[in-house]
Amino acid sequence: MLTAIIMTLLVIASVVFHFLNPWQQTDLASNWESMDQILSITFLVCGLFFVAIMFFLIYCLVRYRHREGHTAHYGSHNKKLEGWLIAVTSLGICALLAPGLVVYGQFVKPPDNAMNVEVLGQQWRWAFRFPGDDGLLGTTSVKHIGPKNQFGINPSDPNGQDDRLIHTNELRLPIDQPINFLLRSIDVLHNFYVPQLRSKMDLIPGIVTSFWATPTVIGRYEALCAELCGVGHYNMRGHLVVVTQAEFDTWLSEQSTFSEIMTGKTSDGLSDQGQQLAQNRGCIACHSVDGSKSLGPGWLGLYGKTETLADGSTLSVDASYIEESIVNPSAKIVRDYPPVMVAYEFSEEQLAAITAYIQSLTSEESSAPQADTPMNKNITPQD
Amino acid sequence: MAYAEDAERQVLHEPKSYWTKYVWSQDHKVIAIQYSLTAITVGLIALVLSGLMRMQLGFPGVLDINASEYYQYMTMHGMIMVIYLLTALFLGGFGNYLIPLMVGARDMVFPYVNMLSYWVYLLSVLILISSFFVPGGPTGAGWTLYPPQAISEGTPGTEWGIILMLVSLIFFIVAATMGGLNYVTTVLQARTHGMTLMRMPLSVWGIFTATILALLAFPALFVSGVMMLLDKTIGTSFFMPEMMSLGTQMSHSGGSPVLFQHLFWFFGHPEVYIVALPAFGIISDIISVHARKIIFGYKMMVWAIVAIGGLSFIVWAHHMYVSGMNPYFGFFFATTTLIIAVPTALKVYNWILTLWQGDIHFTVPMLFALAFILTFLVGGLTGLFLGNVVVDIPLSDTYFVVAHFHMVMGVAPILVIFGAIYHWYPKITGRMLNDTIGKLHFWITFLGTYLIYFPMHYLGIQGMPRRYFSFEGLEFISQSAYILNQFITVVAIIVGISQVLFIYNLIHSFTKGKPSGNNPWKAASLEWCTPDTPPHHGNWGPKLPVVYRGAYDYSIPGLTDDFVSQTSTNASVGIVSDIEGEGS
Repeated sequence: MLTAIIMTLLVIASVVFHFLNPWQQTDLASNWESMDQILSITFLVCGLFFVAIMFFLIYCLVRYRHREGHTAHYGSHNKKLEGWLIAVTSLGICALLAPGLVVYGQFVKPPDNAMNVEVLGQQWRWAFRFPGDDGLLGTTSVKHIGPKNQFGINPSDPNGQDDRLIHTNELRLPIDQPINFLLRSIDVLHNFYVPQLRSKMDLIPGIVTSFWATPTVIGRYEALCAELCGVGHYNMRGHLVVVTQAEFDTWLSEQSTFSEIMTGKTSDGLSDQGQQLAQNRGCIACHSVDGSKSLGPGWLGLYGKTETLADGSTLSVDASYIEESIVNPSAKIVRDYPPVMVAYEFSEEQLAAITAYIQSLTSEESSAPQADTPMNKNITPQD
Repeated sequence: MAYAEDAERQVLHEPKSYWTKYVWSQDHKVIAIQYSLTAITVGLIALVLSGLMRMQLGFPGVLDINASEYYQYMTMHGMIMVIYLLTALFLGGFGNYLIPLMVGARDMVFPYVNMLSYWVYLLSVLILISSFFVPGGPTGAGWTLYPPQAISEGTPGTEWGIILMLVSLIFFIVAATMGGLNYVTTVLQARTHGMTLMRMPLSVWGIFTATILALLAFPALFVSGVMMLLDKTIGTSFFMPEMMSLGTQMSHSGGSPVLFQHLFWFFGHPEVYIVALPAFGIISDIISVHARKIIFGYKMMVWAIVAIGGLSFIVWAHHMYVSGMNPYFGFFFATTTLIIAVPTALKVYNWILTLWQGDIHFTVPMLFALAFILTFLVGGLTGLFLGNVVVDIPLSDTYFVVAHFHMVMGVAPILVIFGAIYHWYPKITGRMLNDTIGKLHFWITFLGTYLIYFPMHYLGIQGMPRRYFSFEGLEFISQSAYILNQFITVVAIIVGISQVLFIYNLIHSFTKGKPSGNNPWKAASLEWCTPDTPPHHGNWGPKLPVVYRGAYDYSIPGLTDDFVSQTSTNASVGIVSDIEGEGS
């Protein structure tokens, strides 16, 4: 009896929990209302089966529990009953599968008026590319990737010259415009995941994958990686900002084109170059820049600081120490940090840029008094 | 049957020395125990790892776990639980112990290969565990080991961990193949007089079918392991395209990461059933014995096991709906996946219909069986969410998936393992496990795991991504989700620690338990008919048993006993009419 009572309570509690718990879906911000509807149908059908099966089980536990003098019925099967059960189950399955496949039919075919946007993934950040006025994206290859050409766009492809490149983690899109997300990774698997859009897809190095969605609500949404991509996976985050068409057009026209970047029309200072490098090469996945705790020593206020090394000795952080730690990370390990960093290859110029960037984080700190955040923070916001 | 007569003519060579009896043993019962104890030991390591992960998720910072360590714990937990615990325990443990006793054989047909199987398995375990002690530590690539990430910089354990993982898997597969060939051949060739296939208990059917799946599925993992090892060590490009790695160009070109995923899941999905089918079989036997009733629809149950086994080979890409494979595959794999629900549902119905009109004894094995039905039902139904491609797209890579697979192939099989150990421990040791401790262990484990995994689905519904070391700063996740994570962690720690009860019970009852006699549950199947408990080497004495009926003859009207053993003739128990068990 105790078992039957507890089972009953579990079933009732599960159903009540389903309706009352605070962890419901995020508010939909795309055209995929149909996906949410199929989810509701699935909950309904599966919920009914769950309750019906469990209550019959509980009935059996009470009715046929062992008592003095009670014996089991001797009977082995009932073909008719089994036939009915198979029929009802198959019906339930069809009720889930048929509408599901209809909606999936829409998912695999992006509408003709969809706008192409490239999402570029790399450990552990996002970048984005819009086709220029010609509406075509330039061809790419890993071979073309360099300090200026992070996307690996073919420099001799005329279609690529007017591509507009977004190097930050923030993508802007116009409302109510179907978007065909073309996904490309230059290193490992990633997955472009905006919970409010519902649809998502992996990025695979070597090929271009895609999915489509129409943003329908203006707002700022988090875009995160949903496919394990290494130690910085949880930190690979960005934003999708949905704006009006006019705002979008203005914003897009302000973004640099590929040819502008290659011809150096948008020049940066040394420390800005360092910041770009630090993002491109993934440094900031393990080195926070806002004082929060990270896998490697954080960079905020690092320059000029006195560090204690694993062997107990101390040193003052200067340019030569920083450069040495980049090209030969295991030479001097700071105490309490694991020796996990691999050696990086940079040109002298690049090392100087990164060092300048780290140095700039110290001067910024002295002008920003409350930058010292608690040590148990694990996240490094990147924007 | 030729085997039975031959086996009776041969003289038994009982091992004499301690070493040949307990260490280099070729006796299937000793090998089964060696397999089980090793599997349980690594399982406990994996349990501790899950506790560490839960601490990071519930109370970040308290244990000072960094991201690398988290991913390493996660990877090792998953791989150990799926392969080195569940697969090894069901096939190497229960398969070894039960098959010869249930089909009436003296031993496995290739005892030497069987012994070798265990030692190679132990070697694979040692290689795996050694990766904790090499520079860089074990791999943190996730148990799916997806390349390029698994072997490129930026993932923990790319120095040695991933190599040891792949080598260990290769050895494991060698061990599983040696064991598997034995189990299949023994079932097909070494059944005793009168033991037709359709008189075998469903445990044997489940283990037998699962073994065939293993023999067909593991080669896909084997080759992908070898190929990845070559990509890693000598720079081939099976799975590696032209790519960067943390700012450096790699020399690979032309490989396909998706190819690995297809190979992995061509193994990986049948693997789910390699674990599930033995559980299905064992649970059928436990329910029948403790409800004193013939299993409902035995023939249907056998065909359902075979059908599920067959279908399990054409559903693999439902793990890959958002992998970037050709999206049109989704139509086919969603359909096959939902079709597999029909035979699976039939099994659930038949378990409950076995209880219907039964005489249900709430023994510890039965309690675990009932808990299994509830857990498996939830896990099976949420499988319909994830199998239906458009429902999967928003939910994939979230905690909904984590909750689903832990319910269906984590907790459910573990409940079966506990139930089975409580059920067969008397046969293995000749003593009963302590009932009170057993019930306490049951209630904590059952309620605890339900409290952990049922609410976890809703974290996934909200969109919480899996394989995240930390969620801090994510705005779409509500504050209450962190409280739920703390709750789950607390329950998980309690459930984890409560397993000490089980270990204590196993050890304590081995010497102090109540003597069980030959057949404490009054079960009808053949393993309870051995002349000695625990059975001696050779199992049956000079003559092999003769089987006259199916394994489920309970509560035949008009008899004094409520069960008729498989070795009894109608005349010997006083059945005058032509009532006989199903399939006889």
